[in-house]
Amino acid sequence: MKVTQITLRPGVHLTAVQTKKFKSSTLAVRFLTPLSEEDASRNALVPMVLRRGTAEHPDLESLSAALDELYGGSLEPLVRKKGETQCVGFAGSFLDDAYALEGEQVLEPAAALMAEVLLRPCTQDGVFCPDYTRQEKDNLIDRIRAQVNDKRQYAQIRVVAEMCTDEPFGVDRLGTEASAQAIDAKELWEQYQKLLRTARVELYYCGSADPERVQAAFAPIVEGLPEGGERMDVTRPAKQKAPAKPRRVEEALDVTQGKLAMGFRTNADAWDKQYPALALVNAIYGGTTTSKLFMNVREKLSLCYYASSGLMKYKDVMLVSSGVEFDKVGQAEGEILSQLYKCQTGDFTDDEMEWARRSVVSTLLTTLDAQSRLEDYWLGQAAAGLAEGPDELAARVEQVTREEAVAAAQDLTLDTVYFLKGRD
Amino acid sequence: MVSKQYPRLGETVFHEILENGLHVYVDRRRDFQKSYAFFATNYGGMDMRFRLDGEWKNTPAGVAHFLEHKMFDTEDGNALQDLAANGASPNAFTSSAITGYFFESTEKFFDNLKILLSFVSIPYFTRESVDKEQGIIGQEIRMVEDDPDNQVFYALMECLYDHHPIRVPIAGTQASIAKITAGTLYSCHKAFYTPANMVLTVAGDVDPAKVCEIAREILPAEPGHAIDRDYGGEETLEAACGEKTLTMEVSTPIFQLGFKADPARRGEEWLRRTLAGELACEVLLGNSSPLYAKLYSEGLINKNFGYGFELYPGCALMAAGGESKDPQKVRDAVLAEGERLAREGVDPALFSRVKKGVYGAKVRSLNSFENVCIELAQFHFAGVEYFRFPEVFDSITLADVEACIRSWVAPGRCGLAVVRPGEAS
Repeated sequence: MKVTQITLRPGVHLTAVQTKKFKSSTLAVRFLTPLSEEDASRNALVPMVLRRGTAEHPDLESLSAALDELYGGSLEPLVRKKGETQCVGFAGSFLDDAYALEGEQVLEPAAALMAEVLLRPCTQDGVFCPDYTRQEKDNLIDRIRAQVNDKRQYAQIRVVAEMCTDEPFGVDRLGTEASAQAIDAKELWEQYQKLLRTARVELYYCGSADPERVQAAFAPIVEGLPEGGERMDVTRPAKQKAPAKPRRVEEALDVTQGKLAMGFRTNADAWDKQYPALALVNAIYGGTTTSKLFMNVREKLSLCYYASSGLMKYKDVMLVSSGVEFDKVGQAEGEILSQLYKCQTGDFTDDEMEWARRSVVSTLLTTLDAQSRLEDYWLGQAAAGLAEGPDELAARVEQVTREEAVAAAQDLTLDTVYFLKGRD
Repeated sequence: MVSKQYPRLGETVFHEILENGLHVYVDRRRDFQKSYAFFATNYGGMDMRFRLDGEWKNTPAGVAHFLEHKMFDTEDGNALQDLAANGASPNAFTSSAITGYFFESTEKFFDNLKILLSFVSIPYFTRESVDKEQGIIGQEIRMVEDDPDNQVFYALMECLYDHHPIRVPIAGTQASIAKITAGTLYSCHKAFYTPANMVLTVAGDVDPAKVCEIAREILPAEPGHAIDRDYGGEETLEAACGEKTLTMEVSTPIFQLGFKADPARRGEEWLRRTLAGELACEVLLGNSSPLYAKLYSEGLINKNFGYGFELYPGCALMAAGGESKDPQKVRDAVLAEGERLAREGVDPALFSRVKKGVYGAKVRSLNSFENVCIELAQFHFAGVEYFRFPEVFDSITLADVEACIRSWVAPGRCGLAVVRPGEAS
């Protein structure tokens, strides 16, 4: 597997991963901008409206037909949050040329179709089709509202919003319902023009083709972007300290099982040299099925159906998430914190540390085996301006000592507790 | 051992039938970091009534799933931890038809394989551990009861089926799992976890001969008895009831629309029916179909709209669902489009395009070891090699797909389940 990173133009970059191991190739194009409450919904809406139709394929039916002809390729709007950078654009998966029935090329027409969707939208009176804008805006609002349907994820969104209320990180990738409601067609078109002109552009490819061929295939996108002017650079989020007394938020919804979400400050992120130690301690604490949270809070005490921790790689935040009976929430929270204390005082066995290390290393290495995870990994690195591959990060995790893991644990401080309870 | 090449897929599969009747399949994949092993029994949520030692047994709903949870217990502790300690990511699932245990690992593959084969084949249950699991599974059932997608799925099953056990939740209910004892678990394990009723599938850069050697070393020498199962007699092809509505705290109505399809016999017919069913779904509801474009632009469906064809012993269905402000309208539009296609036929250009698309998607899905291992196992239980799909796929005609739509997409075969926003009912 060969990874090539090239600057095609100032602010326009390509990451090309060459490998023959997959049956498909992944293509992606994303606009990177600082996450902000003002722009989040508008940016999120742009790829959704673009995906509705182009000048050549003006509706979903004809666009889907073009994808069917490319062996059922996909071209999906992408809206992600990497630290405090919002990434919007498209990711597609296409059959690798080797498996085409008549030996034809798939990469070039696939990249051309991506360029068409990105640069030549179906317009009316010089802006996006009003029908498409209105329908996709409704869909966006529905998606924001639907976040409440998955209670586990909803609790996590809510704890982040409460904890980072004064930071860009508190903004959800889709923005808020109110900001989505406020979008009008003209503003959306202007935002699209602004993305084309000023956003950092990250292109991505993973498949059997060599980087020269990939660069040529992407030329229609690169050449179609407006020239001149400055494109935005990537930024690293500021670190914050937890308040002296943790914030507490409770909300009541019609649920039969409570959801507890706890936000911690980590004092470390992907840029720091102690990040591998943090990744390891997260795994010891709650990131695996051998972790303290899983073994004690779930298995030994049967306090909840799930209890796990997860890191926000590009922001100094760790979340603990758990599903508990309403009357056991106090006990569960106490146990979650007492397990953290054990990590902070080095009260974990060498076995626990090695099991956690094997899990982190294995998760990183298997990223190399899954095209979608690899695309997401390299997008994160591109948004951070980092060049380390998953195998290189795995090698650093192998080197973390017990002292470094304990030091990383001691930096973890509870910031906010969110509890979703039932209605009386 | 037989090694078989599938040039259209670029794959080679090693197949061996062990002396105890277990089939072993190894899809050799070079250049990958991980390897994947899947050990499954042909026993799922719907196998509640069966004959063991000449006697018919009725078991409570949820035993297969309960067993899946408890199999990880060993006399020395817990196999989940043993596997995780070796850096493997283990897991298991229970569907209506099968129970599968698997792990993915980047190192110590054969050690992990030994652990997998041991804990699945050697039961160890105590009264205390069964009691404790009732608490954990009870929580899981409550979580599922809060999940509208799950609730709407079972409501659809109740719409379509009169008695087939596909309509019973795989995990059971609080009441049904309360009846499960260590004795129930031992007798179901004895009946269904026999080499002849199981399959081992592996994908990765591993030596197939060594996989078989380890399976021989660890698994029982006896194949076990054939098991008769009773699904309560044949279902008619009419839906049991047309519509069911629940209320839950959701933002927009969630629905599942289903059509009772014709079940298939084991063997090639099973694979053909599966592929024809998938193509019928695409032609009727797929992203490039006229109906999808119409429903989407009228705001009746959104990006969450999904559909699929499912085939189980004794039952089959086409299902489609997602969020909609007016699920009844979606149903009426699908029925009307089914009627139109039956009358006018399917556009040949649409058919050939969709066929190319589905083919590409199926080849691409072989990237996933999990998918490969599960499909190899499921189709093995159905008596057909999964990797023969390109040739079978070629032979499916426009007329085959029209025939599916004509007979399945009819008002009498249709059920609609809806979860409406409101206070939980």
